[in-house]
Amino acid sequence: MREITYAQAVREALAEEMRRDPRVFLLGEDIGVYGGAFGVTLGLVEEFGEDRVMDTPLSEAAIIGAAVGAAVVGMRPVAEVQFSDFLTIGADQLVNQAAKMRYMFGGKAEVPMVVRTPAGSGTGAAAQHSQSLETWFMHIPGLKVVAPATPHDAKGLLKAAIRDNNPVVVFEHKLLYKTKGPVPEDEYTVPIGKAAVRREGRDVTVVATSVMVPRSLQAAERLADEGISAEVIDLRSLRPLDAETVIASVCKTGRAVVVHEANKFAGFGGEIVGTIVESEAFDFLDAPVLRLAGKDVPIPYNPRLEKAAVPQEDDIVEACRRLMRESRRVRVGGMA
Amino acid sequence: MKEQDWQAKARQLGLGPERLLHMYRQMRRIRHFEEEVDKLFQAGRIWGTFHLYIGEEASAVGAIEALAPDDYITSTHRGHGHGIAKGASIPKMMAELRGKETGYCRGRGGSMHIADVAAGNLGANGIVGGGIPIATGAALACKKLGLGRVVMCFFGDGALAQGSFHEAVNFASVFRLPVVYVCENNQYAMSMPVEKGLGNPDIEARARAYGLPGVSVDGNDVLAVYEAARKAVDRARAGEGPTLIETRTYRWRGHSKSDANRYRTREEIEEWKARCPIRRLEERLIAAGILSPAEAERIGEDIKAEIQAAIEFAEEQPEPDVAQLADGVYA
Ligand SMILES: Cc1ncc(C[n+]2csc(CCOP(=O)(O)OP(=O)(O)O)c2C)c(N)n1
Ligand SMILES: [Mg+2]
Repeated sequence: MREITYAQAVREALAEEMRRDPRVFLLGEDIGVYGGAFGVTLGLVEEFGEDRVMDTPLSEAAIIGAAVGAAVVGMRPVAEVQFSDFLTIGADQLVNQAAKMRYMFGGKAEVPMVVRTPAGSGTGAAAQHSQSLETWFMHIPGLKVVAPATPHDAKGLLKAAIRDNNPVVVFEHKLLYKTKGPVPEDEYTVPIGKAAVRREGRDVTVVATSVMVPRSLQAAERLADEGISAEVIDLRSLRPLDAETVIASVCKTGRAVVVHEANKFAGFGGEIVGTIVESEAFDFLDAPVLRLAGKDVPIPYNPRLEKAAVPQEDDIVEACRRLMRESRRVRVGGMA
Repeated sequence: MKEQDWQAKARQLGLGPERLLHMYRQMRRIRHFEEEVDKLFQAGRIWGTFHLYIGEEASAVGAIEALAPDDYITSTHRGHGHGIAKGASIPKMMAELRGKETGYCRGRGGSMHIADVAAGNLGANGIVGGGIPIATGAALACKKLGLGRVVMCFFGDGALAQGSFHEAVNFASVFRLPVVYVCENNQYAMSMPVEKGLGNPDIEARARAYGLPGVSVDGNDVLAVYEAARKAVDRARAGEGPTLIETRTYRWRGHSKSDANRYRTREEIEEWKARCPIRRLEERLIAAGILSPAEAERIGEDIKAEIQAAIEFAEEQPEPDVAQLADGVYA
């Protein structure tokens, strides 16, 4: 299969959906000739024109709000927020408006809109351009939240998001834009709410999203050399969450670690742990369920500090080893 | 403007040879600092991102010259010039850009967050428009505390489209706060030209809408910027409330480290380069007999040496200790 980058995959999804449905249009800052801050929309204004690839004023509240209003009245807008940190500026429109309109209007409105936005650290952009805010939006009933890890899913999930009749926030990762992977040329979508088992294993389940997926896969490779067999689950969708896939895996392995870049306190790791321990998987647990997450600090500028602020491959390896050690202790205790 | 008129204007504004030379030196320090930052980035010794102020030096220097040393500023993502004009230590700025422990933000902030609160710089800002409400609140505190200080709030033309701008300016107008809003109109917000990004680019109309005076000046004419700022600062200090100033200028370089300049022409860039704010002041100073070409050269050499020393200082500084990563989140 041909390989393209994550950024190209997003671009293809946007182009295909615009060709397929005249109601789809893009709006955002510098998405026209500039091609977006990360080059994702390069070339689209040339094909679709300024009416469908709209360079907007520097106004996140109006960008997200205009998407809400346009969606309610029959368009299918795809808004780009240049860095996910700026979602906070349009948060009223997303949280108080888009998420709630359908329900609070008694089901009499639909808000088929998408907000795509680059998230995450690793570029030296510091505290206001590096956050992972997915948990904020996961918490809101009425919003869907996805975070693709591969070019294949970046395309398939975005297409599904555009066709969805609800507001969907798509967290893309800056460090993934240039990564390459197989993407079919034929039409496909990736269903929202379905996780993917990226690697099968027996000993420990690693639950990850976004850039933590490739990191977990590399960690799993190293763990295999030590005789630890890690199963890596890529959640892909954070809300709705594919609890079933996670629970089934933990029932098999008896150990789990959730890995995310966002800081630990009140992060989605807690949600996943809760999902596991409330389920039948509890009876299969051989060790505590771990959360491996960002440190509870704003993302620092210095590259060494920045790296230390979020989980790296070594940390994932170490967390899995720790689970194996601790589970031995549990078993010894059980026998006594 | 004729030479005599220019000199008369400087005199009338109370700007003697010494202060004019100081302003000239500050503009050149900013220019050279930025050129060196760019080189360090190209050489892989600065990472992350930054936004160069080259071409806009008269705006920061002219406006900040109208402040007293204990007045405050808020700055932007394009903040190196504001910091230097406010009297920042160049070695500490350089150390910050290198992510070092002895930099302004202990290596935690980088270019977009350089701040020196004790010296009145309330910070660069990574959020466009983010500093405008903060400046407004700082002015509120200056008023409540009876400090007699003024806050100068810098932001770009792009920020005019942010809700934070509209809310804060109205707020300051309502409470007659001692704040001077300086919109640095460099013709673009990233790739968005002002004519396309603003329904009405007329700054005076905008100010009028909130009940405050608005004035637009040639931002590459340091004297014109100073004059407008002087008036606004005096007004703010006298308790008469805020002013909105627009300095019309241009950034010579790309928006940030990465920019293919797809949205503007080479001719346009060259046209603005011909209006170099530093050269304009230099020519005036030479014509007025305040500066000689040889002195100008010497000033350039001194600045080069100063910034070279700052680069070397930064090079030798220690990196932050990773064990201290989690320190300092709370007071
Ligand atoms: C709220 C917000 N939106 C978008 C950005 C990304 N961004 C950084 S600078 C910039 C353009 C700013 O233009 P302007 O205010 O005119 O300042 P200039 O860069 O021209 O100095 C954009 C879009 C941001 N940092 N903050
Ligand atoms: Mg601008």
